[in-house]
Amino acid sequence: MSFHDFIFYAFSAVLVAAAIGVITSRNPVHAALLLVLAFFTSSGLWIQLQAEFLAITLVLVYVGAVMVLFLFVVMMLDINLVKLREGFWSYLPLGAVVGVLLALEMGAVLWTFYSRGVIEAPALPANYSNTRELGRLLYTDYVYPFEIAAVILLVAIVAAIALTLRTRKTSKYVDPAWQVKARSQDRVRIVKMQSENRQD
Amino acid sequence: MQFLLSLAPAYAEIFLLCMICAILLIDLFLTDQQREWTYVLSLLTLLGCFLITAFADPTNDVEPFSDMLVTDPMASVLKLCIYASVAVVFVYSQSYIRSRDMFRGEFFVLALFATLGMLVMVSGSSMLTLYLGLELLSLSLYAMIALQRDSKQATEAAMKYFVLGALASGMLLYGMSMLYGATGTLDLDIMAEVIGAGEADNTILAFALVFIVAGLGFKLSAVPFHMWVPDVYHGAPTAVTLFIGSAPKLAAFAFVMRLLVSGLGASFLVEQWQWMLIIMAVLSLAIGNITAIAQTNLKRMLAYSAISHMGFLLLGVLSGSPEGYAAAMFYVVVYVLTTLGTFGIMLLLSRDGFEAENLDDYKGLNQRSPWYAALMLLLMFSMAGVPPVVGFYAKLSVLWAVIEAGYVWLAVVAVMFSLIGAFYYLRIVKLMYFDTPQDHAPIVSNAPMRIVLSLNGLAVLGFGTFPGVLMAICAYSVALSL
Repeated sequence: MSFHDFIFYAFSAVLVAAAIGVITSRNPVHAALLLVLAFFTSSGLWIQLQAEFLAITLVLVYVGAVMVLFLFVVMMLDINLVKLREGFWSYLPLGAVVGVLLALEMGAVLWTFYSRGVIEAPALPANYSNTRELGRLLYTDYVYPFEIAAVILLVAIVAAIALTLRTRKTSKYVDPAWQVKARSQDRVRIVKMQSENRQD
Repeated sequence: MQFLLSLAPAYAEIFLLCMICAILLIDLFLTDQQREWTYVLSLLTLLGCFLITAFADPTNDVEPFSDMLVTDPMASVLKLCIYASVAVVFVYSQSYIRSRDMFRGEFFVLALFATLGMLVMVSGSSMLTLYLGLELLSLSLYAMIALQRDSKQATEAAMKYFVLGALASGMLLYGMSMLYGATGTLDLDIMAEVIGAGEADNTILAFALVFIVAGLGFKLSAVPFHMWVPDVYHGAPTAVTLFIGSAPKLAAFAFVMRLLVSGLGASFLVEQWQWMLIIMAVLSLAIGNITAIAQTNLKRMLAYSAISHMGFLLLGVLSGSPEGYAAAMFYVVVYVLTTLGTFGIMLLLSRDGFEAENLDDYKGLNQRSPWYAALMLLLMFSMAGVPPVVGFYAKLSVLWAVIEAGYVWLAVVAVMFSLIGAFYYLRIVKLMYFDTPQDHAPIVSNAPMRIVLSLNGLAVLGFGTFPGVLMAICAYSVALSL
């Protein structure tokens, strides 16, 4: 077993253990943290497969952004675990059938794949960088769809703000600019009235 | 300089995008009283795009962005129609959205984004660009419908449209992914070559075709994928309904032409999609026209009428000949022209806190304003297909193409359902001329709207008297683009 294989098995073992931890842990915060570990180790595996761009994106996007958001959500929400676990036994038979079918299908795919023999990846030149290759493709051949995708994101931002940003009528917020501009005449209105005669 | 010249076919899109970003930023610094500027700038942007496309060099055959977009006469003509109809939408909806607190920069920016999506769709020559253009258009439309935040109906309509639209996109993408699997390319021209050479698996192609036609059916609002149309037309603010009902139909036509005719135009595939389109067209004509009779709400009635008109459009496409495609293009341009006018009248009669969307609101329009009643009469005649207005020639050319293709029975069915359809269009004419008005409020409008609306109504009559010009443009552009 070469050092390369050793690293692979070590990472895989950590990955499988972390993944099992995600679904078995009782504390949702622990589950989220274990998922971070699983993402991190699988990005390590990707680096071994020379897919460094995917590995970096996985860490940056999923670990850095999505999972942190997840953690916040989990901490903010008051999830009642007892209620979530209700009906576990009634869902178990269906869940078990689906699970077994999934496992069988995965096995079938792997079996047909390996029965054909493993195809060796072509050797790449030493200075090959798939980040550079992806970037080159995105900014040359696919620059038009790439830009349109960017415009779609801009539409999403505009739409989200247009639909959600508005002042609530019940809000107690006071605009400081208006507050500074207020004059004493606006606060108090002096009304002159004739005094009434006393009527006895 | 060489680089800039090589981008020439995309000048209109680039200009539009730059102007959208500029308007987005300028709008931030405007107070509500100065909001007029956003409106003026949006119209100027469309004018700029119009000039760029109109004076583009048609002999320019550089294909920038590695063949992801094409410039052919069909794309140019449809783009010009899109600019014109979006500009008309802005003019018509100006006073309506002002009185409903929607006169904000977002309305114009989202509408222009949708226009950009339509442009991308019209000149897309790869499945990737076609799909991205469609999404850009749809996402802007969803947001525009929901723009009236406090209206429950509008929110419901936006939600329905969003969910069903996402489902349709999923189907379309599934079909496209199968096509990619079968042919190994996203480019429509190369795909046609691969299929023509018989190198693609026929089973996969058949499956892909079913999914693509279903997805297109959703986007074209053809039966049995029409469920969203009445609710969306009814729930959306009338100004947005006007927008949804007009320019996107032009883009949808181009989408069908690119995908079915350019990409999947091999003769054995044409035979397959012809039958799918026949079923969809007949069902659309039947359900659209018959259900429209039962409607008392004009917006819902026009939604069902839109479904039946899309049936007619499909008839033109399914005839599978250049004449049929030209007839379908003529039909869709005429339909958009007529729809703009009809919704224009609806917006004209609506005022602060009052929507003129029930049929009863049109009673005795002739006594209130003979001129607008006459315009509405012309528009309804065009929808029904009564000579001498242009709707008649649109129906005639489509029917002619269908008969040429050997489907005489189909033409008979289409005529039968058009006759049924004539009932509910003529009912409005009857209400306007022979009933006493229930609503006596004076009709107020601004000068640009009055002028454009009158021109719109007269255009229906004018193109009807001289249908040859528009028909020749359509025939010429389709013949050169295939």
